This record gives sequence, structure tokens and C-alpha cells, in this order.
Amino acid sequence: MIIQGRAWVLGDNIDTDLIVPGQYLMASLEDQAKHVFEAIDPTFVKEVRQGDIIVAGKNFGCGSSREMAPQVLKHLGIGCILAEDFARIFFRNAIAVGLPALTVKNISGKVEHMDEVGISLDSGRVIVKSKALEFFAAPLPEKMREIIDAGGIDGILKNLAAR
Amino acid sequence: MGLTMAEKVFSSKAGRSVQAGEYVVLPVDRAMCHEGFLLSCAKLIASGIGKVWDPEKVVVIMDHYVPSPDVKMAEAHAKIRKLVKQCGLKHYFGEREGVCHQVMVEKGLALPGDLIVGTDSHTCTYGGLAAAATGIGTSEMAYVLATGDLWFQVPHSIRVMLNGRLPQRVYSKDVSLALAGRFGSEFAQYRSIEFSGDLVQDLSIDSRLVLSNMSVEFGAKFGMFPVDDVTISYLKSIGAEDIEVFSADDDAEYERTCTLDADGLEPMIALPHTVDNVKPVREVAGEKVDQVLLGSCTNGRLEDLREAAGILKDRQVAPSVRMYVYPASRQVLRQAMDEGIIQVLSSAGAVICPASCGPCFGSHGGLLASGEVCISSTNRNFKGRMGSPEAKVFLASPATVAASALFGKITDPREVG
Repeated sequence: MIIQGRAWVLGDNIDTDLIVPGQYLMASLEDQAKHVFEAIDPTFVKEVRQGDIIVAGKNFGCGSSREMAPQVLKHLGIGCILAEDFARIFFRNAIAVGLPALTVKNISGKVEHMDEVGISLDSGRVIVKSKALEFFAAPLPEKMREIIDAGGIDGILKNLAAR
Repeated sequence: MGLTMAEKVFSSKAGRSVQAGEYVVLPVDRAMCHEGFLLSCAKLIASGIGKVWDPEKVVVIMDHYVPSPDVKMAEAHAKIRKLVKQCGLKHYFGEREGVCHQVMVEKGLALPGDLIVGTDSHTCTYGGLAAAATGIGTSEMAYVLATGDLWFQVPHSIRVMLNGRLPQRVYSKDVSLALAGRFGSEFAQYRSIEFSGDLVQDLSIDSRLVLSNMSVEFGAKFGMFPVDDVTISYLKSIGAEDIEVFSADDDAEYERTCTLDADGLEPMIALPHTVDNVKPVREVAGEKVDQVLLGSCTNGRLEDLREAAGILKDRQVAPSVRMYVYPASRQVLRQAMDEGIIQVLSSAGAVICPASCGPCFGSHGGLLASGEVCISSTNRNFKGRMGSPEAKVFLASPATVAASALFGKITDPREVG
């Protein structure tokens, strides 16, 4: 699977309240999507496009177990999240909703806003063409790759039910 | 090679010796759901599976939106009640008992050696009773409800050595904030923390639960205490039987040991907007506060309310401050009433709220306006966590919170007689 898109560059410790503030948790996905990152970057929801990629620092997704966090990013069109590392529950939740999340060491600070990034989910190769940069993501555990390939846990459950 | 506590729990479930780093698919002992049950169960039904794997092992406790703040949530609660009945769940507590984590502990549903998953990041709280417990999302919970299994990576473990004795008006909350400040908000990312050292024997179960609860704020998957006399006597007091007494092997392998001496520790406080932005309270003393929040699954237990009442007895909360008390459970509330704690807090001017999550996660029950400052005994101070992104939240112990309520500004509890 190849993923290509424009980069949105974020810092360390992007928490789940910045992604979906608690006061909107009961709103529809469409309404939650209006508030993503509003406390740190109000341009995000206006300018994000289908296929865009997030490139972040350490501890991306720390905080709550709210699955709306990766779900709403996927809803806004984010195709993949690359980060130095992820908070555990967010990482699992991203995969569970079928949003690829890859740990890429030393990527932070090297990619600029709107750089074109290409990612091969199979090899873990990440390239930033304009800068002639290449990184390698830590391979996803086999179990997580199965979930991504099934389109998330929903797909896994459907397969289970069909058996 | 000896085993850590996490490796012991996973090995026991796997029926073979497993070690850190391995991926395993294992049956869980309990699946704990708050209102997230609605999303998980809806997925189960949508997939065509439709029934839970074992109605004895699923626990549903409503706490995040209690009492329901609007009609939309009332409808969601109504659906949950219907689904609980339809699934024939044996452990359903509705909105009556309190915050899910405290209820799990009080009802004996989290026991040493158990492998537990819950739809809340603070599920790791049960590590205070030596359970391997951790938070998951609602899709993964749907999978657990369907099969009773989940995939795990057996975590590497970090030993947190707590030495010495806690000085006057310094508590396990201060220890957890000091750990965050010193080692950072992800020093235990994807790791299991094991608390040890001679301070542990001095810590009550209430105090241990604070450290286990806060473990997720360091990135941890589990925050476990060994089973000792304190654990056993607590578990006997709630009628638990067949208690599994265990701790790590002497030659267990830890990735790292982090040491903290309690002897010289001061009251600590996390400044906005991260849990590891920590200083001694005295360094920020004097900052004006508008709201004071005492409660939550972190610090809403009897010991916490008792400490706060000790400071507020025969005194008044500053007129400029609103103080909300959210006991962690109905049982805590009743015990606090029996001890006269609630009378003290109410007489001091605090507003006594139902045993539930309240504004801790930013949905309702005491949200902040822009420019406002709250000092809270809860677990997170992220930007926008408790209302306006222009508000500020400071995290501290119940004693620091109560002392600050008294003066309407951040106050070191050692300054109050």
C-alpha cells in the first residue's frame, strides 16, 4: 500500500483533547471535525485535504482513550500519521479505525509544512521528494497490519461474523 | 531468568512462559465499559455478531455523563440500559455507584493477577491491586465483547523505586507529579511500571490507586503494585476470596529503574498545559484561582476528602472561589458523610456534587470560561481539557487544592495550620 500526501507538521505531546476537545465528544463526527486542533492551529480544519499526512514529534495522541481522536482525523482525510512515537492507546485506536500510524525516528524537524511525503506501508520507506530525504518506519506488528488490511476492527468483526 | 509482574500475568493466561516483547492473543478476565459501551455494543450488533462472549465478565458503569447533561445523553443512557438487558450482563451498575474505576475496585471486580481491559485510559488504576489493567478504544472493546480475547505486546517493565517516608502534607499525588516532572510524560511509554521500595508498605490502597491511575500520564500500559499485607487486608475487607499473592521474581529483568526519595519531597503542582510541567507548589504560590475541583478517579477517595476536610474545618472557602467536590463513588460519599467530612466541606462553602466524572474530562458539570484558572485534584491539564482552551488548569494533591480554596490562590498546604 502506497500513501502520498501533503505534510502537516506538528510538535510533541499532541494530546487527544487538542484533537477532539471533551465538550464535543457527544457531537456528530462532522461537528467534532470542526474543532480539530482549534486550540493550536485554526487553519487546519479549513485547509486539510483528502490524503494529507501528519508528521509529528513525540507522544502523539497522549491522553484519553477516546477513539474519536483518530476517527475524526481519518474523517478529515488524513491518510497516515508519522510520529517519533505514539501514546499507546492512540496508536492502537488509529489502527483499529483503519488509519495507518507509523513510528519514524528522527523525522521531527526535518519535514516542512506542505512537503510532499510518500510512504510505502509494506517496506516502511518514507520519502520527502523535495528534500531528497528518506526514512524508514518501524514495521507494524503483523496483527496491526492485518487490522489495517481489513479496513479496521469493523472489517475484522464482519469477517468473524461471516465465519 | 525471573519474571516481572506483567510477564507473570501474561504467562499465566497464556499457559506458558512469555517474555517482554512477545505478541500474544489472550483471554481477558474482565471487560470494563463506561458509556463507551454504547459504541462498542453498536459495532457488535452492526457486525452481525450481536451477543457478548460472556455476560459474567462484562461490567458496565455509567459515570462520564451523570446525571445526563442533555437530552442527547439521556437518549444514549436509555439505549445503554436496553442493550445491557439485551446482552444479559451480570455486572451493571447504572449511574448509581460512581466513577467506574473506583466502583471496579470496591466491588471486587479487579483482583490481583487479573488481566482487565476498559474503555477508559485510567483503567490502569487497578494496578494498585496488582491487576494488569489497561485502557483500550471502543472498537477494540467491540472485538473483546465478541471474542473475549485481545492481542497484546507483553510489555517491558520499568521499576519505580520509592524510598523513604512522605513528609507532612505530602502525598502519593505529589509523588506521581514529581515522577512526571523528573522523568517526563512518556518515560514509561508502552511499558509496565512496577512500584517498589520501602515507601510502598506505608501507602494505603487509596494512595496506591493514585499512583497506578497516574501511570498512564507517563505513557504506561500498567502501573502495578506487588500484593502485600495492605493489599490482602483491603481485599478481605471487601469480601474477596482466593487472593493471588504475587510479586515480581527477584531476578526479573527491568529495562530501567527510576528512583525517587520521598524524604525531601515537597507538595508538587503541574502547571498548564502538560502533566510533566511540574514545580514545587511554593514556586507558584499566590497565583489566583477561580475554581477548585476536588475529586475524580485520581483523588476523590475517602483519604482525599478527609485530608481536604482537615484543612477546611471551621474555615471558609474564599468568596471569589467556587469549589466543587466530586466523590469517586457513592460508597466514598457515604463514608465521608458518616465521618462528618461532607458536613465540613459543605459548611466551608464547597458544592457537593454526585459521584461521577464531573468536569474532569471537559464535558459538563463545572467547565471553565476563557481566562479562568482552576486548581484540580484530577489527572490532566491539557489545553481545553476542562472547557475553554483559554483557561488554565493546575494539578495538585487534595490538600494543596483545599489550601488554595481557602485563600483563593495557589497555596502550599504546609502553610495552613
